[in-house]
Amino acid sequence: MIEGRIHSIETFGTLDGPGIRYVVFFQGCPMRCKYCHNPDTWTMQGGTMMTADEIIAGYKKKEIYYKNGGITATGGEPLLQLDFLIELFQKAKAAGIHTCLDTSGITFSKDKEEEYLQLSKVTDYVLLDIKHVRSNDHFELTGKDNKAVFEFLSFLDRQQVPVRIRHVIVPSITLDKDSLIELGKALSQYKNIKELELLPYHTMGVAKYQELGIPYCLKGIKEPSNEEILEARKLVLEGFRQ
Amino acid sequence: MKTEWNEFKTGIWNKEINVRDFIQKNYTPYEGDEAFLVEATENTKKLWEQVMELSKKEMEAGGVLDMDTKVISTISSHGAGYLDKEKETIVGFQTDKPFKRSLQPYGGIRMAQKACKDNGYEVDPEIVDFFSTHRKTHNAGVFDVYTEEMRACRSSHIITGLPDAYGRGRIIGDYRRVALYGVDRLIEDKMEQKDTTRTVMYSDVIREREELSEQIRALKELKLLGNIYGFDISKPAANTKEAIQWLYFGYLAAIKEQNGAAMSLGRTSTFIDIYAERDLKNGTFNEEKIQEFIDHFIMKLRLVKFARTPEYNALFSGDPTWVTESIGGVGIDGRPMVTKMSFRYLHTLTNLGAAPEPNLTVLWSTKLPSNFKRYCAKISIASSSIQYENDDLMRVTHGDDYAIACCVSSMRVGKEMQLFGARANLAKCLLYAINGGVDEISKKQVGPKYRPITSDYLDYQEVMDKYNDMMKWLAEVYVNTLNVIHYMHDKYCYEKIQMALHDKKVTRWFATGIAGLSVVADSLSAIKYAKVKPIRDDKGIVIDFEIEGDFPKYGNDDDRVDSIAAELVHTFMHYIQSNHTYRGGIPTTSILTITSNVVYGENTGSTPDGRKAGQPFAPGANPMHGRDQKGAIASLSSVSKLPFGDAQDGISNTFSIVPGALGKDDLIMMGDLELSMEPDCACNIPTMLFDEGSK
Repeated sequence: MIEGRIHSIETFGTLDGPGIRYVVFFQGCPMRCKYCHNPDTWTMQGGTMMTADEIIAGYKKKEIYYKNGGITATGGEPLLQLDFLIELFQKAKAAGIHTCLDTSGITFSKDKEEEYLQLSKVTDYVLLDIKHVRSNDHFELTGKDNKAVFEFLSFLDRQQVPVRIRHVIVPSITLDKDSLIELGKALSQYKNIKELELLPYHTMGVAKYQELGIPYCLKGIKEPSNEEILEARKLVLEGFRQ
Repeated sequence: MKTEWNEFKTGIWNKEINVRDFIQKNYTPYEGDEAFLVEATENTKKLWEQVMELSKKEMEAGGVLDMDTKVISTISSHGAGYLDKEKETIVGFQTDKPFKRSLQPYGGIRMAQKACKDNGYEVDPEIVDFFSTHRKTHNAGVFDVYTEEMRACRSSHIITGLPDAYGRGRIIGDYRRVALYGVDRLIEDKMEQKDTTRTVMYSDVIREREELSEQIRALKELKLLGNIYGFDISKPAANTKEAIQWLYFGYLAAIKEQNGAAMSLGRTSTFIDIYAERDLKNGTFNEEKIQEFIDHFIMKLRLVKFARTPEYNALFSGDPTWVTESIGGVGIDGRPMVTKMSFRYLHTLTNLGAAPEPNLTVLWSTKLPSNFKRYCAKISIASSSIQYENDDLMRVTHGDDYAIACCVSSMRVGKEMQLFGARANLAKCLLYAINGGVDEISKKQVGPKYRPITSDYLDYQEVMDKYNDMMKWLAEVYVNTLNVIHYMHDKYCYEKIQMALHDKKVTRWFATGIAGLSVVADSLSAIKYAKVKPIRDDKGIVIDFEIEGDFPKYGNDDDRVDSIAAELVHTFMHYIQSNHTYRGGIPTTSILTITSNVVYGENTGSTPDGRKAGQPFAPGANPMHGRDQKGAIASLSSVSKLPFGDAQDGISNTFSIVPGALGKDDLIMMGDLELSMEPDCACNIPTMLFDEGSK
């Protein structure tokens, strides 16, 4: 049986998909988003090796709490461990568990279409984090361009997997009228988008950077206000309607 | 039939004192939402402003505004007291004015004196003399009997919080009886009980007859209390306002007589609702009026005050009165017992603002109407003032007319009471096992002089063997200490009005308690799964520990350690049960230090789990702070493995969370979360919602 490299498990997730969720944090991520609040999940070292059965067993023990929820795979980047992720979700579906994938979509590639097709069949919901609508800004923010992200979104659309778009609002980086409208326009082409979630950038991860000895690039950037988030949401929706 | 009972469906309750039967035959379940609720009236707002003003003054005065130093509090000791007689629809204070604390010396004169002195007052020397020379108190009785060993356990804090100098509390009179039957009928019933006792005068028969006489006298005094405020409560209450007032007089009599550690109210809302439904139908009162009565009633309950010492307040972190009111739940016939009145009670948190007292406790069942669940969630978010307890679990043992005394102790109202008593410090007990009964702080021989552990590393089996012996000893001295306390409390500080509002035959729960469960579970896990090296002082007494390696920690849904915790509860309870208990008390235990865990920790040396001397324990059955690393559900799962059957007096898990972690907005929380009480979680969760902005 394949083992996955798991950073940690949060048994009481209420933000990452519908209902109360058993959230599995995968270890390892190819992106280096400047605002990432889980830099401890970046490296492919560390974490604990676990089998899908072990994870499902942990879920089953507490199943009663998750009757309106399910399992969410997040990270890190779960798609980095694609084979393990497929096995986990296949076993979850076989056990009647709702599955949700929280991803940046960055590792999607046509070469692995077969695997992704398998995955899409056992994925009930995707939380797709679009870091930036413009490819060069995406590169600046994360170290990768966003081509794969939108390809993944198209793929999910073709496979009719419902998606919640997540977008982190960072003042001076993504809190910008034009790019927000542009994001809305870009999203309007997809029929599988069910929700839009704008997440305010927060500084709760800063302590982890200090612990890990990684320099923090966004020093001095303030957390956006509720009003700014509402305004940003309006702009995205405005672009969407255009 | 009495005219006050017109339109009520008749039943057994007409023939015997049986409030449950009255409720079941007459209540109207409500499945709707909160739209019918109304705002506070002008009078309510004005009265509440007045209360806030007095509260401010009380705070400025250092926590106490006024104390009675001359008049010994009895049911009818004081004249009428008001905030504003014209505006109050429900009346009555403990003394002749609000915010004046009464003098209650029967528990112990020294405690009463100290409570006064610490707050800048002096008890009348004649009263001091009287209670020191002529009239013995509960406290004096207890100390006449205590053994040296009991005293040593007390001062070393291996047993802490013994109610040997103050009222034990945890008794709920069925105050509803006063409203439903009127006092005369209750007196009649008690007379009959007295006429039908056995007649061969064994000491228990003598005691029973004496107690019934006391109860009858108390009921007569209760009528007098009504008269002082201008009411004739000898007859049943005729409408909602009277029902609340009558019921409140019953409760007021109890708090005038007893300064108990917890003076809980019972389960009154659905009872009162029956009157409200009748009055609404007949047009006697409208919704606004009814809510006003409730607001004023709750206001009174918020103003319950006792004279207490700073040490007492430190132990309980504040000045709690534990006026617990149990709301909701489901009947054994499957009908939810939620009525409009359940909403009205909770609505006081909106009309009067949030408050810790009365301790509004929702008896949670998965079968409660969803509108009510949503409303509870909404008010919890807004007020952080609702306690939830698992009705699905407790109903099995206590039926559908039980209530919570204090924070988690469930008892059938008017049929069961509790002999409350303190907690055994199981963490300290583990240190005694290691040190052969020598206290790690005082270095005195407190426990039995068993052979201490002398090895360089702790061996699990050796520690367990010694720990079991030490727990057995602790259970014995603990239960016997409580036997002394309850004997003397009955003798010198008998709760006559509360017991007058009980049946003749009362089931007594003999309540013990455990502190330091998670400390011990983790300690034993460390000894079993890591290497623990004791550090000894020059006399060979272990004063600290070094841990090499990692070990499973309680709170992560890890059976390796959770099973240790569960086994511990089971074993200790077994030792408790093997002792004789006073008055046939049925032993129970609880794991519910909600606040006193700090004090227990202060008095306990370093433990093998890595906790340093003086550091607080986790509250109740909580995992140690920061050691549960898999989120709330794993943490709750660990707690829910504790056997409720062995800890029927309650298992508490204090659960704090930032609102943002419960979902994105109010709707998400109220829609998706069924967190509070899942059927296999045997615990209560005082959920505290912290606003991130206020951290």
